Amino acid sequence: MKHLLRLTINSEPYELLVEPYWSLLDLLRDHLHLTGTKRGCDEGDCGACTVLMQGKTATACMVLALNASEKEVITVEGLAKGDKLHPVQEAFVNHGGVQCGYCTPGLIMSAVGLLLENPHPTEEDVRFGIGGNLCRCTGYAKVVQAILKAAEAMPAAGA
Amino acid sequence: MNRFEYVEAHTLPEAIALLGQDEGTRIVAGATDFLVRWRQGLWNPRSVLTIQCIPGLDGVSYSPATGLGLGALVTIRRLELHPLVQAHYPALSQAASTFAGVQIRHLATVGGNICNASPAGDTLPALIAYAAECQLLGPDGERQVPLESFLRGPGRTVLQPAELLVGLRLPPPPSHTGALYIKHSPRSAMDISAVGVASMVTLEGSDGACREVRIALGAVGPMVLRARSAEALLRSQRPDAALIQQAARAAMEEARPIDDIRGTARHRRAIVEALAGRTLRSAIQMAQGAILPFRTQRALAIEAMF
Repeated sequence: MKHLLRLTINSEPYELLVEPYWSLLDLLRDHLHLTGTKRGCDEGDCGACTVLMQGKTATACMVLALNASEKEVITVEGLAKGDKLHPVQEAFVNHGGVQCGYCTPGLIMSAVGLLLENPHPTEEDVRFGIGGNLCRCTGYAKVVQAILKAAEAMPAAGA
Repeated sequence: MNRFEYVEAHTLPEAIALLGQDEGTRIVAGATDFLVRWRQGLWNPRSVLTIQCIPGLDGVSYSPATGLGLGALVTIRRLELHPLVQAHYPALSQAASTFAGVQIRHLATVGGNICNASPAGDTLPALIAYAAECQLLGPDGERQVPLESFLRGPGRTVLQPAELLVGLRLPPPPSHTGALYIKHSPRSAMDISAVGVASMVTLEGSDGACREVRIALGAVGPMVLRARSAEALLRSQRPDAALIQQAARAAMEEARPIDDIRGTARHRRAIVEALAGRTLRSAIQMAQGAILPFRTQRALAIEAMF
């Protein structure tokens, strides 16, 4: 039986009828067509479906949609302001943090979550911070650089 | 994968009543273990009972007199980052830092890690080394069970039908106590431990004999085990290099590992000896007054094979 779910996604309030066995990822991708959040392993290992829930990173495949009741969810679609990319997105573009791109939305969300909690991370902090995101192109070095550059850029961007 | 129903409990009595009404109900907190097992077809509950909306189960409290109180819904991430846990129960913060990735640590709860009773559960060796006690609540009231007796085998606990884990209590560590956890795993992140060892040592004064020693071995038996004969070798003795070596060998003999994809039994036994020695040496140094900052502890916590 479907249950009523109220939550906020990318600052928009939603009221939805949701099956008990849908994950937050099922809801975002298959029902709301927010396909920026990727489905990789569907078992919490790869980090491709990382979103922010209450400002903290979470793998959307590991969240029962109904457990997101009254929560504030931000997906990669919610980062840019109009045509202006989020500083983390800009840093990934400018510093070669993107290869095939499949892990990119999840890595960007993990980076945003890390910088919310720790605006001045060391390289080691960044490596621990993205430990839950796999890149099959193994392009981690550029990703780490991009996140460190984003951290430098963010106070200037006023973010 | 079956299609299950979803029920919310808003109070503990309501949760106990709902559990009592239907044996096909499974409790979920963060649901990170549940969703994996359900998708694999291993768990097929008629309904899931979410306890996340029960107030008061996510508290962390510490006092030097009574020690640490943890609600069952405290997330692994809070164990990792909480200043009081880092200060007084560093091996627990360390263990939490080795648990899956940040995203899962934001969701997974300490109560879930305990109740799912994996022999490789990352928080369990440190919790047992710190003598954690489980607070259970059921239709017949409340009872306290030491964590090491709570675990009965892989996925098996002493929980009765309609009984749930509401929290944990860890006694305050006496002065001159040190503890360390090391996880040996194929990868440095997002993997399950092949062996995990936590050692806690309390000395009689900064240069004295061992007053209390607890060594807990993860992923080398049907549940997390205490290495009791290793502990007995050290108790009341001044720990020197030869005695630590002897205790580490005893711990290896107490391990009961199996062969699986993360390592052979023989490999695991050898690693137990190495990790028991290493965790004991660090715990003793900390008990003697050495200060290990959190970053150093975090770096020590994981030893990857590759």
